[in-house]
Amino acid sequence: MTSDLLITNVRLLDPAGGLDATGALLVREGRIADLGASLGKPDGTAILDGGGAVLCPGLVDMRASLGEPGAEYRETIATAAEAAAAGGITTVAALPDNQPATDDPALVRLLRARGEETQSLGIVPYGAVTRGCKGEELAELGLLREAGAVAFTDGARAIGSARTMRLALSYARGFGAMIVQHPEEPSLAQGGAATEGELATRLGLPGIPAAAEAMIIARDIRLAALTGGHVHFAHVSTEEALDLIRAAKQAGVQVTCDTAPPYFDLNETAIGDFRSYAKLSPPLRTETDRRAVAAALADGTIDAVASDHQPRDPDDKRLPFAQAAAGGAGLATLLGVTLAQVHNGTITLARAVELLTAAPARLLGLEVGRLARGAPADLCLFHPERAWKVEAGELPGKAQNTPFDGRALEGRVLGTWKAGRRVFG
Amino acid sequence: MRYPHRHLLAIEGLHPHEIGHLLDLAESYVLLNRQGKTQRDLLRGRTLINLFFEDSTRTRTSFEIAGKRLGADVINMSVSTSSVNKGETLLDTAWTLNAMNTDLLVVRHAESGAPSLLAQKVDAAVINAGDGTHEHPTQALLDALTIRRRKGRLEGLTVAICGDIAHSRVARSNIHLLTTLGSTVRVVGPPTLIPADAGRLGVEVHHDMAKGLAGADVVMMLRLQKERMAKGLVPSPREFFRFYGLDREKLAHAKPDAMVMHPGPMNRGVEIDSAVADDPSRSVIAEQVEMGVAVRMAVLDTLNRNWLRNDL
Repeated sequence: MTSDLLITNVRLLDPAGGLDATGALLVREGRIADLGASLGKPDGTAILDGGGAVLCPGLVDMRASLGEPGAEYRETIATAAEAAAAGGITTVAALPDNQPATDDPALVRLLRARGEETQSLGIVPYGAVTRGCKGEELAELGLLREAGAVAFTDGARAIGSARTMRLALSYARGFGAMIVQHPEEPSLAQGGAATEGELATRLGLPGIPAAAEAMIIARDIRLAALTGGHVHFAHVSTEEALDLIRAAKQAGVQVTCDTAPPYFDLNETAIGDFRSYAKLSPPLRTETDRRAVAAALADGTIDAVASDHQPRDPDDKRLPFAQAAAGGAGLATLLGVTLAQVHNGTITLARAVELLTAAPARLLGLEVGRLARGAPADLCLFHPERAWKVEAGELPGKAQNTPFDGRALEGRVLGTWKAGRRVFG
Repeated sequence: MRYPHRHLLAIEGLHPHEIGHLLDLAESYVLLNRQGKTQRDLLRGRTLINLFFEDSTRTRTSFEIAGKRLGADVINMSVSTSSVNKGETLLDTAWTLNAMNTDLLVVRHAESGAPSLLAQKVDAAVINAGDGTHEHPTQALLDALTIRRRKGRLEGLTVAICGDIAHSRVARSNIHLLTTLGSTVRVVGPPTLIPADAGRLGVEVHHDMAKGLAGADVVMMLRLQKERMAKGLVPSPREFFRFYGLDREKLAHAKPDAMVMHPGPMNRGVEIDSAVADDPSRSVIAEQVEMGVAVRMAVLDTLNRNWLRNDL
């Protein structure tokens, strides 16, 4: 049972409804009962003074691995939920490349139920595009959709075969679902550990050319045009790829994309001296590419920002660089690192919140991600200027493999509510 | 202090005077070695472990002799690379070595960065004896000493490094060392064996041996591993030899007194013709091996002194 709650003295920020105003918000029975400049206090309602902080929809993270099922030593749904709550995230789209892969309707239902059990984090599963995420036979997309899969992807594995991608885009179109691609030409990326170029050459690391991303994106844009399907590119990281996506959008192709904070906050120099915690997939890029990603947040080429949370155990990372597992923890730092682009003047606060709430919710077809009467009371209260420092080992949740260790951030979550229930702060 | 570091992990980042210090000290060991004098008190009671995750008779033996001439207790550890999880072995080994109070640790590993990972975890002074395709600092030092003794200097010389640059830690260490000390460095090889953005390392890039060797004072050949052919980077050994193998005809493009070097072991008839490799007027390959021992004595001595000062 949740009692009624009136949150007063906040900056209500709801990009979906175009709202940015000082006011209050009333929560009743897990939903937003009312919001506005001044609300009366019904009897028996608890009051929380927001102290002038920002109240926005709970963040919708459209890309994260949760460790379950199959890699519980890295993260569990319970520990991921803890990290998400601390990061202001109330809904997460869970990647399917687990052990076993989410290629069966029963697993979709299980993941949804496991999310409900946490009472703090809604889990909306992706279905696998291919059985076992192996890139061969199509999974039962229709049945997965019916069971509640929000979209389809093979997770961190690129769909390398043009024929398979064509079939997936074409078939999923019948169910109105998008295909999410990890854009990386597998035969060029195989064995690579860093972006090909001067730094990888100096470190003696096998390189992945940046063109491996643009090639798959160019191909899949053509396949989307051919099939009329909707392709969504995850964690786009290069200028060339963004130029292709920008042009395809202008041409009317159904193409969207997201990126993750490392790609607009860090460049490849973060791996200097073989720092395996900055080994990601795709690998960190040059400063030119980083700037292009930041610019694409502002001009709308990038539709959403996702955490791309990939939990790793210390033993996965304390290895020679090329052998270390790629991937970074990202739930707790999603908001703070995105807000750095507000503080440096690249995007507005409203745009940052849109990239983290309304935009991903719209892409995934969810009713969350907005502040509206009757909508679920998934809320995030944060102070945009409050400073904190990212410290590996001190982060909420189990996975501590942050690429942002030591980064000072401005923007701290003060409180998180899931369906009206306070789950953080 | 003239080489003020605890470890020797890479040439990149070293200052000219630090490299010069090691070369000068090595020079003095060349003389002592030739006189048959030993300095067995310098490392007396110190434990040196040769930790080799990759086979290498030549480098391991060179470090072993260097350590023994300075009086260290030398232990060779060869760790099978076929272990289930190489990475676990690496850090497990680090804990073991710490428990055994190792003073000097010489590491060879197939993965770039493995020695610097170990250096973060062990108390010993770590010497990189070759890591993946990253660096092989003592090889570059011994090459520089060989050149300096023959030519009297490094500054102003033109050095052509030829063959599989992309996969060569020897090439990287030599590029950093020679450009730091003022040589002009060219890399010569087929485009598939030249690493990305090689030009940004301060070298000239050539794909034609005639142009790459034109007027060179030093021609440094690299070993071409058979697996490069298997991966399709080079179609066949005979094709490679035709265009990039060093024979008398190609060597004629270099200066008449150009010296020929090879880190060994050689693939005769692939990257180098026996007529060149065995020509005592051109080839300094045997001398490189001699310089190797002296350079490693200098490195062991220097790192041990730094440790004794206890201020690092």
